[in-house]
Amino acid sequence: MSVSGLIPVLAALTLSPLLFGVINKVKALVAGRQGPPVLQLYYDLLKLSRKGAVYSATTSWLFRAGLVGGVAAVVAALLLVPLGGTPAVFAFRGDFILALYLLGVARFFLVAAAMDTGSAFEGMGASREVFFSALAELALFVVLAALAHGTQTGTLSAMLGGVTPELWRAETPSLALLLIALVLVLLAENARIPVDDPNTHLELTMIHEVMVLDHGGPDFALVLYTSALKLWLFAALVVGVLPIHDGPPAAAFAAGLAGMALVAALVGVVESAMARLRLARVPQLLLGAAALALVGFLLLAAG
Amino acid sequence: MTNTLLILILLTNLRLLISSRIHACVRWVAAQGILLGLLAVVGRQADITLLGILFALFTAAIKGWVFPWLIFRAIRESEIRREMEPYVGYNLSLAIGLAALGVSFWLGRRLPLPGLPGPLFVPVAFFSMFAGLFLIVSRKQAVTQALGYLVMENGIYLFGVVAVRDEPLLVELGVLLDLLVAVFVMGITMFHIQRDVESLDANQLTQLRD
Amino acid sequence: MMGSLWALALLLIPGALALLLPRLRWIGAAGAVAGAAVGLVACARLLGGAAAESLRVHWSIPGGLLYMELDALGAFFLLPVWIVTALAAVYGVEYLGRHPRAPLAAALFNLLAASMVVVVLSRNALLFLAAWEIMALSSFGLVMLEDEKDSVRAAGWTYLAASQLGTAALLLMFILLGSAAGSLDFDRFSAAGRGGWILALGLIGFGTKAGFIPLHTWLPEAHPAAPSHVSAVMSGVMIKMGIYGLVRLLGLLGPIPAAAGWWFTAIGISSGLLGVIYALAQHDLKRLLAYHSVENIGIIMLGLGVGLLGVRYGLPAMAAAGFAGGLFHVLNHALFKSLLFLGAGSVLHATGTRDLDRLGGLVKTMPVTAAAFLAGALAICGLPPFNGFASEFLVYLGAFHGSTASAQGPVWGGLAVLVALSAIGGLALACFAKAFTVVFLGHAREARPQPARDPGPAMKAPMLLLASLCLAIGLGAPRLFPAFQYILAGRTDAAAQAAALGDARAALGTATGVMAVFVALALLAALWRIRRLAGRPVSQSVTWDCGYAAPAATMQYTGSSMAQPLTEFLDPVLRAERHIEPPAGYFPASASFVSHTPDFFQRFLYRPLTALGARLLAPLRRVQHGNVHLYVLYIALTLLALLAWSLGAR
Repeated sequence: MSVSGLIPVLAALTLSPLLFGVINKVKALVAGRQGPPVLQLYYDLLKLSRKGAVYSATTSWLFRAGLVGGVAAVVAALLLVPLGGTPAVFAFRGDFILALYLLGVARFFLVAAAMDTGSAFEGMGASREVFFSALAELALFVVLAALAHGTQTGTLSAMLGGVTPELWRAETPSLALLLIALVLVLLAENARIPVDDPNTHLELTMIHEVMVLDHGGPDFALVLYTSALKLWLFAALVVGVLPIHDGPPAAAFAAGLAGMALVAALVGVVESAMARLRLARVPQLLLGAAALALVGFLLLAAG
Repeated sequence: MTNTLLILILLTNLRLLISSRIHACVRWVAAQGILLGLLAVVGRQADITLLGILFALFTAAIKGWVFPWLIFRAIRESEIRREMEPYVGYNLSLAIGLAALGVSFWLGRRLPLPGLPGPLFVPVAFFSMFAGLFLIVSRKQAVTQALGYLVMENGIYLFGVVAVRDEPLLVELGVLLDLLVAVFVMGITMFHIQRDVESLDANQLTQLRD
Repeated sequence: MMGSLWALALLLIPGALALLLPRLRWIGAAGAVAGAAVGLVACARLLGGAAAESLRVHWSIPGGLLYMELDALGAFFLLPVWIVTALAAVYGVEYLGRHPRAPLAAALFNLLAASMVVVVLSRNALLFLAAWEIMALSSFGLVMLEDEKDSVRAAGWTYLAASQLGTAALLLMFILLGSAAGSLDFDRFSAAGRGGWILALGLIGFGTKAGFIPLHTWLPEAHPAAPSHVSAVMSGVMIKMGIYGLVRLLGLLGPIPAAAGWWFTAIGISSGLLGVIYALAQHDLKRLLAYHSVENIGIIMLGLGVGLLGVRYGLPAMAAAGFAGGLFHVLNHALFKSLLFLGAGSVLHATGTRDLDRLGGLVKTMPVTAAAFLAGALAICGLPPFNGFASEFLVYLGAFHGSTASAQGPVWGGLAVLVALSAIGGLALACFAKAFTVVFLGHAREARPQPARDPGPAMKAPMLLLASLCLAIGLGAPRLFPAFQYILAGRTDAAAQAAALGDARAALGTATGVMAVFVALALLAALWRIRRLAGRPVSQSVTWDCGYAAPAATMQYTGSSMAQPLTEFLDPVLRAERHIEPPAGYFPASASFVSHTPDFFQRFLYRPLTALGARLLAPLRRVQHGNVHLYVLYIALTLLALLAWSLGAR
């Protein structure tokens, strides 16, 4: 257990809403608008947490418990993720398995809360969520197994810390493939374009937004905060594969934070430049990510 | 650099397997041809001759420009549909492709050819051949069959670079000319079949059996 | 040893009494509980490191010897047998209620439990096979308990046929093992260079019981047909006897065939993936659970496969984590799967249907069943902090050791297992997100004359106990590691294994710490939410209906619609049959959609095979004509022929 690992967790808890601000700002700038303030999500969270709540009479205790379990699971998973060369609070062989399964817990509860409303819309979202996440998880497993093989380590902290400029020079193609796969997984798992459109709420094509239609007040604040934390977690993984955590810890950590902003900006650019894929193409995109990761693994292990 | 080119060739093969549009497929095959031409230059940096560079340029021009142009023309003239019409779904194709990739790497380890410019040559060559073969077998349209032959030929070309150390490009040239004729014939036949059978579904060729 | 024998007596005598005194409905279950209490004490001693105990008594059957032994491995496999049968027996008393065949069921149930205990204890092939057959026949009797239904009869006969074919393979296997040694005692067996054949026969024979694909077809038929507490025992415990047989066989073979690890891994991948894929397509709750048993047997085989690969490539860390994970999953699956079957039984008891698409909203009227089922669902998906995670984590860890190794073999084996496990995990989550939410959440999809209620205490208590066991093992898994040291004794090099298990324990210990933090965080967040909402307006309304004026319960997503994107995606494997009558015209009067997914292997492998068999054997029917006199003649002729053969052979 490392106490300094609390710094990345604290950064996640305080700064994660900023990621959405950066994404929206970039999108606005690309579109030639001024856009909402970067701190908009903070204001939204404050406003929502001061409100009351309206519940559907169909819902049960699971609807209320779902968000609580979800946010706790994501925070617990964040305890295992390093940032900018600072190791995570906990690191043990195979810790990424626990991290991914904790995200699975969050998913299960989110889906349960959605199905608890008895709404066909939310059922639709739930159905897609479990499908696409299963594929994304597969790709993520291959990426992390490849990183572990490439760095010959077993913990998230060590394998992300082990992606050095030297390793990038030696294994450029496979690390590039893994990075692409990781970005695709980030886009899919966080309901971003080209997999999902975070701006529309009631289209039949939606996944994540449609599952939280019936949440309001503090509950919806928890939903938004959980998705911010989840985006932070995946962005931290992407940043971890960049060769920026050499040098003194403080500088490396600052580089890590800058990397987070960069990833958010990248998401913003992707969203400005692309349209959402047809739903039928999404599994192909995710399978493609898994295939890229597998090729990356193959090049590392057999090339 | 050689490795990067080989990996890009490998990825174009995977991309071909999940492509649902014929036009996109033709463009990817063209890109693959240009990559091969580049490879012929980069892959033998040490003993590259002027003749070698010329042959490489010729390869790139043929594979990256002439063949695609011919095929595009055939598509336009025969007014065929623009979907790939697969027998095997795209996801399953990708899975099969990955399996073939694994087999190729395994074969590559089992077949250590002397004097390799890099460890990836043999696996990527095998994989291109498998991918081409799979495209021929699993897609309905006659155009895709031509594309499949081209991809297979690209694999053979890679072998040519690897296996025949002295004058690979001469050997290759022969194959290339064969293929040129093949594509011509294909283009003409496609046009005629289209006129006679009013479809370019390779399935319909069974109508011609007697 | 005496403890286990007393426990057997405590099981069997009340079982017989249950038949004789049908008014004492509790007597069979009381015996099961008492037997379990005594039996578990004996197991606990072995798992704490006590030396193995054995018993040899001469038997009048040639080649047979009443030779029994209890060692740590056996004790480990007896844990779920005792725990689950005792709890299921208590549940069964209320579940069957005043069913006319309840006494018979109690007797058969105790016989089934006792036969499983003897299977684990026996060290002589004849004794083993006798117990194995009693196990098959008693469970067959239990499956056929409601044999007035056609579907039950068909399921029962399928089960019996599969079971007998499996036993035939085992018979051959024991003959091969025993012929070289000249004895049918386990401790004198030798494979004598035929290890590959023997293992293949074992995989067929034990695999039929365990339900490997494609030997699984009886499983999704028989498990739903049996009464729910029997399904719990069959799915939770009895199929594990197949795994026990394999693990025991690996210990008897001497040198293990080099390819064994790859065989086990391949079986694990195919059973695990196909099991969960078929489960996704089901809309019968118990059938869905039965397919999940196939999946979990696959996970267990993956663990054993990883272990064997580790042994083969000299990676003790991989071997220890794989074996420990596979065996640990045996216990964990027994607990959560029987919990799920008991939960499904409560739903069936209260509503009279197992069809997911006719259920819904039960959490409001059946809160206890819902909570217990939720615990089981989380556990079977391998989600922390429940026990499924602990064992799957160990299997993952073993595979991960392989994938980071430097040799090619373990790298690809490890990667294949990692990929398969993560795919299984994602699909299992999808499947249980469907099964749990469709049954318990939302609105009831069909109106019921009276609301479905939670069952009485005799059915509630076993479910709650199993659910808390799942949670306790999930959070206390590192404490069980000393026992693995004894269970795995002799599988790999002792010192390396101890070190590897120590590492795995440390990893799992930290993981448990993180899970504890997760639970604490969840409580904290719940507290925050409650404080936030205190004193603020909280009101109730309808679910957001998008302005539609007449939403109805049937508009909810059903189990089939929820799984549809996935089943569509997996259709190359599933090959579902769909009957669609699309709406026609401007005011369509009717439209329908029916889909069902028959088992691929049943449809394309066994049905043609059995049809062929029936055609070929049809002429033999002439021999069977009901004339008793001729039957006596057959027997006499057979005896005469045997006599002539034995005299001639001498």
